[in-house]
Amino acid sequence: MHPVRKQRLIIVLCVVVFSSAAIGLMAYALRGNINLFFPPVEVAAGKAPVGQPIRVGGMVVDGSVQRSDNSLHIRFEVTDYQASVPVVYEGILPDLFDEGQGAVAAGVLDENGVLQATEVLAKHDENYMPPEVAEALEASKAMDAAKAKGAGE
Amino acid sequence: MWSFFHKLGSPPWLYRIAGSILSWLLPLTLVALAAGAVWGLLYTAPDFRQGNSYRIIYIHVPAAVVALAGYYVMAIAGGISLIWKMKMADVAMKSCAPVGAALTFIALVTGSIWGKPTWGTWWVWDARITSMLILLFLYLGVIALYEAYDNKDAAGKACAVLSLVGTVNIPIIYKSVDWWYSLHQPASIKFTGESSIDPSMLYPLLLMIGSFYALFTCALLMNMRLEILRREARTGWVRKLVGA
Repeated sequence: MHPVRKQRLIIVLCVVVFSSAAIGLMAYALRGNINLFFPPVEVAAGKAPVGQPIRVGGMVVDGSVQRSDNSLHIRFEVTDYQASVPVVYEGILPDLFDEGQGAVAAGVLDENGVLQATEVLAKHDENYMPPEVAEALEASKAMDAAKAKGAGE
Repeated sequence: MWSFFHKLGSPPWLYRIAGSILSWLLPLTLVALAAGAVWGLLYTAPDFRQGNSYRIIYIHVPAAVVALAGYYVMAIAGGISLIWKMKMADVAMKSCAPVGAALTFIALVTGSIWGKPTWGTWWVWDARITSMLILLFLYLGVIALYEAYDNKDAAGKACAVLSLVGTVNIPIIYKSVDWWYSLHQPASIKFTGESSIDPSMLYPLLLMIGSFYALFTCALLMNMRLEILRREARTGWVRKLVGA
């Protein structure tokens, strides 16, 4: 390669490497702020600020959803399977909100550790499948569970 | 090999070869796009959780994937024009920007439309959406920077540097869902191991991604042909071509 072009190639590579390193370091320094939400375990450890708007995300605990009979008031818990945070919310929930599914709640944490949510978003996972496949999976899971139970007895 | 590389630097040759590629690639692209869209939108099963609203994946994901890949095409063309001073690489870089910007815009808009019924919001500042917005600004920045200079040599250099610096954003967009907590789910299509999207939904998606790559190539070649004509307007071969 011609020496002049070689020099330009080195300059171009340096531009790419150093700018990547600079932005990578910035992203590393700001990593806490880039996260969209706190996982419940960090809230439980007291890492989330009280009295300031934050988001908490995790799975909605099975059986924890309590709806009010005469209003849109709802109470549920989100968990990351290490800790869980109770959330109260008044409003319309997204269609995909359900027990055992992901959710992200935005609001303010009060002194009792309850998130007073002003917005609840549903988070879906990366699995896509037709309903029949989902049913078949459920059925085979139930069968495996029954088999495991039978083998245990 | 090298003679091919040198021929690429010749405007009339590139104009002609781009035209002959387009003559078969463009119809093929349109057929593949139509087939993929009909297959994905009409003949696949609805999703077990999202119902029919997931079908926007057949536009959203291909547009986003090709917007990222297109940025690398632009940056590599910019790098070649910086190192080898190849005019045609400069043409390729300049022609990438509007196509990439359009695809990024499509990805952002369809993502927003998808977000409302599934997540419950049009917009949230999650890592992937924010970095995708930065990608749009990078594309628009390259377009604006090019137009800001009267001296087109200087414009090409500045744009090449900007597009090279911007490449750092591409792995960030790609890995954002793994590095940070975000509202986006992790990738469904996996290069190693089994994808977490059912094969009956995956195949039309792959067809659409392929079609979008072809669409990008067609739009890029058409833009490049136009730019070549504009730059070479005073040369003999263009005058002969347009019959002036």
